[in-house]
Amino acid sequence: MIQARGLTKRYGRTLAVNDLSFDVQPGRVTGFLGPNGAGKSTTMRMILGLDRPTAGDVRIDGKRYADLKDPLRHVGALLDAKWVHPNRSARSHLRWLAVSNGLPEKRIDEVLELVGLTKEADRRAGGFSLGMSQRLGIAGALLGDPGVLLFDEPVNGLDPEGILWIRQFMHRLAAQGRTVFVSSHLLSEMALTAQDLVVIGRGRLIAQTSTTEFIEAASGSTVRVRGPELARLREVLVAGGLRVEDAPATENEPAALVVHGASTDTVGELAGRAGLILYELTAQRGSLEQAFLQMTGHDVEYRSAGLPDLPGTGVPGQSSGTAPGAAVGAGAAAVGWTKGESA
Amino acid sequence: MSTLTLLKVERIKLFSTRSPWWCMIVAVAITIGFTALLSAALRGDDLLFYRPAATQFAYNFGLLIMMVMAVLAVTTEYRFGTIRASFLAVPTRTSLLLAKTVVVALLAGVVGELAAIGCWLIARAIRPDSPLSLQTAADYRVVFGVGLVYLISAIIAVAVGLMIRHSAGAISALLAWSLVVENLIQIIPNVGEDIQKWLPFVVGNNFLYSGQSFFASGETGTLDDMPFGPWGSLIYFAVVALALLAIGLGLAKHRDA
Repeated sequence: MIQARGLTKRYGRTLAVNDLSFDVQPGRVTGFLGPNGAGKSTTMRMILGLDRPTAGDVRIDGKRYADLKDPLRHVGALLDAKWVHPNRSARSHLRWLAVSNGLPEKRIDEVLELVGLTKEADRRAGGFSLGMSQRLGIAGALLGDPGVLLFDEPVNGLDPEGILWIRQFMHRLAAQGRTVFVSSHLLSEMALTAQDLVVIGRGRLIAQTSTTEFIEAASGSTVRVRGPELARLREVLVAGGLRVEDAPATENEPAALVVHGASTDTVGELAGRAGLILYELTAQRGSLEQAFLQMTGHDVEYRSAGLPDLPGTGVPGQSSGTAPGAAVGAGAAAVGWTKGESA
Repeated sequence: MSTLTLLKVERIKLFSTRSPWWCMIVAVAITIGFTALLSAALRGDDLLFYRPAATQFAYNFGLLIMMVMAVLAVTTEYRFGTIRASFLAVPTRTSLLLAKTVVVALLAGVVGELAAIGCWLIARAIRPDSPLSLQTAADYRVVFGVGLVYLISAIIAVAVGLMIRHSAGAISALLAWSLVVENLIQIIPNVGEDIQKWLPFVVGNNFLYSGQSFFASGETGTLDDMPFGPWGSLIYFAVVALALLAIGLGLAKHRDA
């Protein structure tokens, strides 16, 4: 369990993290989502006591990181896989970590086995590929068998095999009841990895919610429906009070209707009562990208209405306004970055 | 976490890379090597006054190398990010960095002691007829005191590493200070020499060379009119080192890692 309250970090005139409050629950993978430069790493460093918050407070199981006794037994973190001396062997790296927190040395072989680095243990870490460095970093994070785990952009630069491995690994850790907090700027990756989301932009909280709710609330529920008598089907649905759009035939798909703001139950029931045959009835979930753009779109509109369009240079708090329409969870605020940046 | 644990952690960190070993070997070898050259090159009357103090001239060579090692013990941690891994494992930064200082300084002390004894032995081997046996307290001090100068200098180097955090910057600052500033300050008219007597490495050197006289010319190896005697010089040198260390630790504690 991680609890952040009013977490703020200011570098000179730049507000990197702005009054951020959120909870990360055990037993689930919680994604920490936001574009590059949103303040994710700074927040993680503050959670771990590496950076001092300008204001606010963050606690792990009720304690500040610095107050944890043998912290590696409580919290495992992988912020940067390259935080290893290149001339030190993987085993020596894990050895000093283990000694520092009074962990038995046999635990080193266990975690090496767990991440599949047993054969490479005595090689110098400087010669490791990114994937192997990442595994060594995870081995270090797991050394103390901690209940709370933090990973900063763990899949960055990994090949598909490595990405899959890390994703499954995190699911396994959460299933064991641990708190898993993983940051990413990749929305698609978070859709597959995380059950809960903490979404930030420009250092401010945009949403804290479950991944499904985030997508549903932001993209709305749409249903794709298709049958032999599309015109009659359209009349029936419109008569039922639904908003219907035509989806013309494409090379891959025949013509269909897209119904907004309804569930498959409603659409199926209306069609059935009218005695209409259906070939297709699918709920269409929006992607996280769509959700994300919709959540943050208000600020894009706001800015195009006359504010200077300087992505990345504006001072947060000045260029961002609150957007009640985007309220998902608590404290939603529209925060500005362009579509290009979040892609 | 107990002090012994932290000392063990820093010992593993230091010795699990190869560069400290090279620094130690090179420091001892170069210092002894120069003394061997000096011993072989001496001629005439100088041989009659070749005393133990003159065998320790080269201690500065090894000292510079050990200070570089001490700086690197800190700055490489910042460069490779292992300092953050260290602070994650041991959030009480001051005790961790103190343990590192102790390990590095003790190692430098041992290297200094080995180099000093090696220099004296090789000088005796090359010049068995010179008056090189240890007779006075000053003779013992100049040979066996070298390790203490190494130890205190390593504390200064660690402190500078903590303040500057970048290898090149910290090493340049340290070398520029000990080699250039402390030697050239005397060219400032009127006050230069007065200031020089209070500079830490000059005072540290006075601990070894206070009251010595060697070679036919009566070389003393230190400045005249130093403010402290040998042991006062050592204490002053140590106090300066500890003050710098306190500043370095304070910065490391308050800065973002």
